[in-house]
Amino acid sequence: MCLAIPGEVASVSGDRAVVDITGIRREVSIALVDRVNVGDYLLVHAGCAIAIIDKQEAMETLELLRQLAGDIHD
Amino acid sequence: MISELEQFRNETLAEGLVKAIRRYDGRPVSIMEVCGTHTMAISRYGIRELLPPNVRLISGPGCPVCVTPSFYLKSALELCRRENTIVATFGDMMRIPYKGASLLTEKALGRDIRMVYSPLDSLDIARQHPDKTVIFLSVGFETTVPVTAIAVLEAAQQGLDNFMILSANKTIPAAMHLLSSDPEVAVDGFLYPGHVSAVIGSGLYEELAKAYGIPGAVTGFDPADILGSILYVLEQIQDNKATVANLYSMVVQPGGNPIARGKIDEVFEASDAVWRGLGQIPGSGLRLREKYRSFDAWSLINGSVEERDEEARGCRCGDILKGKCLPSDCKLFGKACTPETPVGSCMVSSEGTCAAYYRYQ
Repeated sequence: MCLAIPGEVASVSGDRAVVDITGIRREVSIALVDRVNVGDYLLVHAGCAIAIIDKQEAMETLELLRQLAGDIHD
Repeated sequence: MISELEQFRNETLAEGLVKAIRRYDGRPVSIMEVCGTHTMAISRYGIRELLPPNVRLISGPGCPVCVTPSFYLKSALELCRRENTIVATFGDMMRIPYKGASLLTEKALGRDIRMVYSPLDSLDIARQHPDKTVIFLSVGFETTVPVTAIAVLEAAQQGLDNFMILSANKTIPAAMHLLSSDPEVAVDGFLYPGHVSAVIGSGLYEELAKAYGIPGAVTGFDPADILGSILYVLEQIQDNKATVANLYSMVVQPGGNPIARGKIDEVFEASDAVWRGLGQIPGSGLRLREKYRSFDAWSLINGSVEERDEEARGCRCGDILKGKCLPSDCKLFGKACTPETPVGSCMVSSEGTCAAYYRYQ
């Protein structure tokens, strides 16, 4: 029910954007997110973007997970 | 960006995290994944089988369809039998049984019931059929509610007075407090829902950690996300700490999504709500504000609605939703109750605990 999928913004028009989700293009509402640009990745839920995915944060979380995996506990 | 996102499914990373988890040698612990989408991911990736015997995952009440009480379905069935009415619903509501009937059996009898992917799609149906009342079965948590709010606002702006919603929408905070304080549930750590948190933020979890001393992690839905969060929670338990990590900061900000929260607040107000398995939780429901009450399909229900939830005999969905027992502890599981012939709601929705266990075990 709370499933949401990342999609890349192909074009923006008013409060709608066309996103590319694994090769399928779909129009979604962007009424819940601010300042959407072509090339952004949106998290899409029920035909609506609920967040813009932050690439920098994704990389930092990955780094944290790699550190966790490498942690040795005595 | 896609290549970064794919890294969260990287085998080597997942293996490293599993190895680190298996080094946990503390007391036996139960970690609850609150979200139904997590339940499904955990089953799909076989994560339960990878954990050592002293680390148990229990599923929480985070599947909106599963916690929808039986009187809601009774009301939805009543509405779909009305003249000149179209009922629009998410697919996973279709098969919930109520006294031998379901939306699916009603559809087979010729009622106009349509599956939609978004509440916004039901607005289109209302525009196409001005002579009919289109009722959207509004079920879902904070992830879904803002989208429904947008639909109501759009209907109000455009004077679409043949569109209505039947709200069974719920909010997570009060239920989380209830679970955290229930001695029978005995949760040692939480995996918090990534997409609900994208809307509500992570402040609530800091509050829970402080109030009840339970650590947790906000997390995404890939193997490394989930395994990393389990590992983080175990480290907290081992060090006698109760803090919360946001391991899904790519979409979850501490304050969530203020625009989405604003839309919820504009259209809905808090109400008491009955959760299947948990009973009535004050302030955990959402109903339309006075200004938008003309879109409220509850006004169409004949007589007063008796807000009760009746469980089928022998069904243990209630205990399963609280993490008190596993699906395999229910006598009906896999015998009288299967995804083809579901008895309880946890078997109906694909993200229900029982359905996830049945499908992947």
